[in-house]
Amino acid sequence: MGTISFYLTATVAILSTAMVIFNRNAVHALLYLVVSLLAVAVIFYQYGAPFAAALEVIVYAGAIMVLMVFVIMILNQGAAAVEQESRWLQPRSWTGPAILSAVLLVQLVVLLGSDGAITAGTPGTIGPREVGIALFSQYVLAVELASMLLLAGLVGAFHLARQRHADSGEVEGAD
Amino acid sequence: MNPSIWITLLNIFGVLIAAVLLAALLTWGERRLLGFWQDRPGPNRVGPFGLFQVVADMIKLFFKEDFVPRFADIPVFVLAPTIVMASMLLGFAVIPVSPMVGVIDLNVGLLFFLAMSSMAVYSVILGGYASNNKYALLGGLRAAAQTVSYEVFMGISLMGVVMLAGSFNLREIVVAQQGGWFVLPQFAGFLIFLVAGIAESHRLPFDLPEAEHELTAGFHTEYSGMKFGMFFVGEYLSVILVSSLITTLFLGGWLGPWLPPAVWFALKTGLLVALFVLLRAALPRPRYDQLMHFGWKVMLPLSLANLLLTGGVLLWLQQ
Repeated sequence: MGTISFYLTATVAILSTAMVIFNRNAVHALLYLVVSLLAVAVIFYQYGAPFAAALEVIVYAGAIMVLMVFVIMILNQGAAAVEQESRWLQPRSWTGPAILSAVLLVQLVVLLGSDGAITAGTPGTIGPREVGIALFSQYVLAVELASMLLLAGLVGAFHLARQRHADSGEVEGAD
Repeated sequence: MNPSIWITLLNIFGVLIAAVLLAALLTWGERRLLGFWQDRPGPNRVGPFGLFQVVADMIKLFFKEDFVPRFADIPVFVLAPTIVMASMLLGFAVIPVSPMVGVIDLNVGLLFFLAMSSMAVYSVILGGYASNNKYALLGGLRAAAQTVSYEVFMGISLMGVVMLAGSFNLREIVVAQQGGWFVLPQFAGFLIFLVAGIAESHRLPFDLPEAEHELTAGFHTEYSGMKFGMFFVGEYLSVILVSSLITTLFLGGWLGPWLPPAVWFALKTGLLVALFVLLRAALPRPRYDQLMHFGWKVMLPLSLANLLLTGGVLLWLQQ
């Protein structure tokens, strides 16, 4: 039962990811990406990581993808963008990269298969408490570094988006 | 068959049907309550107290022309209204109505609700985009900006409750309130979540995505028939879902003396739904930039301060 649903979800994830690459309409491609992220969340849940699954949906599918859809909506791409996209998707432009990534894929499958890493099975359910403890003990340095990076990004974005009067240099009350 | 399977099935379909029926009934209940507070009758013609107005509206919606504009992005246009219905109904799965009633007992139940409410955003955004209409697009853009900003502190405001209960499981959160409802120690969290909940279900005064005085009907301008009906019912579903979640997290869920647990739950949730309607009747609509300022400059710092204070007090008490 678990194996069947795993392969089903994995197929959904792979197919929808392929559709992200081959779809010519940007918004439709993003929607397939959302489906792919949801499928990955289901796989996380099946393998005993409900917290990671929930965060996958909340952060990736629910926040980051919303912002991407938001941006593409503003661009207002019409039929012209779809045509341009289909011109870019000619076989001679994608055969080279496709062969290279196929080689990588074969390597990955051989390496994973030889080591028996897949047969390890599930290590039991990892709840939110365990994730939190791991984040703030073992990985506390990485968490702090990430928070610094995000803070720098936040300050930078604020500085770039801040409005000034051209003459007085005075800061206006934002947007 | 195993009797426990029947109980599970009864739970699933009972919660599902009750949620849809209550949402449909609320379309009438809201107009009656609005009428009462605005000193006018409201819909009172069809059936006793106008109760069959729901049925009349439903028949009307089913027989209206289901118009899809030819300039729309048709697959997305059809998909959009289903997302809000599906995600809100899935959200009801984690709500513990009473010790016996409730669909699943998920150990990340609270996060599941947050995930479903962030999925519901797509409905409005995609509806606005796929309509290929300026007003609808503006409504969709507003909805995206508003919900993404309000989701941030919606999650943070709930973390105080999670810290007090020590769990994301909604059942354990209710059981942890036997010593006292969390609305008292987490009053700031309660208020912030209430505001964020209204904004998530884009109800007045946070209904800028569909502000009819400037955007005709916002994101659902091009929708008609049952597709519009799904947006409409989805909004009421989210009102009930947010009310029942506030009941679970802050008002002790099914806990209460004398009456059976499910009755307490229904009473508390019903009162909160009435509060939602009263807010709609009483408050004017702010300007869009005021809404965003309020979210980022008032509510976000408040919820962070609440988180810091709760954590500090908990640490102090543990010593």
